[in-house]
Amino acid sequence: MSFLPFAVAAWLFLLGLYGIVASQHLVRTIICLAVVQSSTYVLLLGVGYVSGGQAPIFADIPQTTKAVDPVAQVLVLVDIVVEATVSALLLALAVQAHKRFGSLDPRELRALRD
Amino acid sequence: MSRRARLCLFAPAGAVFALVLIVGMTGLPPFGRYHGVYGRALNGVGVTESHATDLVTALNFDFRAFDTLGEEFILFSSILGVVLILRQLRGERPEPREEEAEEHHFAGASEALRALGLTLVPSMIALGVYIVAHGQLTPGGGFQGGIVLAAAPLALFIAGRYMRMKVLAPQMLIEVGEALGAAAYALIGLGGLIFAGVFFKNFVGLGIAGQLLSGGQIPIASVAVSLEVSGAFLVGWTQFFDQALLIRRGGR
Repeated sequence: MSFLPFAVAAWLFLLGLYGIVASQHLVRTIICLAVVQSSTYVLLLGVGYVSGGQAPIFADIPQTTKAVDPVAQVLVLVDIVVEATVSALLLALAVQAHKRFGSLDPRELRALRD
Repeated sequence: MSRRARLCLFAPAGAVFALVLIVGMTGLPPFGRYHGVYGRALNGVGVTESHATDLVTALNFDFRAFDTLGEEFILFSSILGVVLILRQLRGERPEPREEEAEEHHFAGASEALRALGLTLVPSMIALGVYIVAHGQLTPGGGFQGGIVLAAAPLALFIAGRYMRMKVLAPQMLIEVGEALGAAAYALIGLGGLIFAGVFFKNFVGLGIAGQLLSGGQIPIASVAVSLEVSGAFLVGWTQFFDQALLIRRGGR
């Protein structure tokens, strides 16, 4: 049990990496990249967990309650914003690639020949 | 190279990498026994130092406000990149005819979906404003509320009315809002430098923890960030929708 979250993170990472390598569609590649990034969130949150800890929101619990690490959650928040921006840029590139080459298969994306 | 060659190359490399990953992770402390001192110290003094009960937002906009500045400008510059990549190229023309754009409905955008879209827009705006305003008290804040606010005009697009979405979120307004939000956040940092001596140090009166206007600069930063985030995502989505619905190939 104590190793399971880290194993999940490793599994997601490898699964996403395999998806990127084996994909034949640009949008699938981009989504597999999002899966790889999600594995890092799982790892960060798993590292920051304190057993028996509450969320670090002290609106209705006394300040001395044991709470999980808030810094890991802030890092994951920043990470999610970065994932959204990376996906946006890659999808914009995919749109232009489709307009230029007519397909989203990575094998069709030859260098500009003319 | 062919897909088979890629996979044959990936198999041993992936196996070795998996091994290194697993071996490395066994060196971590067991799940639930986190040793970090920084997090524990912040949990202890966070509320008394910043007068905000939501420590995640307090970290975002007070203790680690400098990181959030960097993150905001990551978002800003990447949306700039999206606008640049999806700009109107030579040989394309926008097709702003109302009738043609209106015809690009979702297949089966029924009357029920349109009615739902109409009710969703004010509800999502209200929810977004609530989340932004209460960031320092309960889970929420500028980023989370900004996304909800950005999704409110999206409900119009889902209901099949793209041109109405552009009326609710016109290009000039969302671009100016995004830039204003980014600038306002940087100015908050400068205010800390001018009035309190340290960049991003809290220079606004801290208030009483638990009340709406607490946390000093946290509510102000939340508003600035929500402007920036909602503007950025709306600008990005508008570029994609324009590409899909409006821009046509063809000469003059």
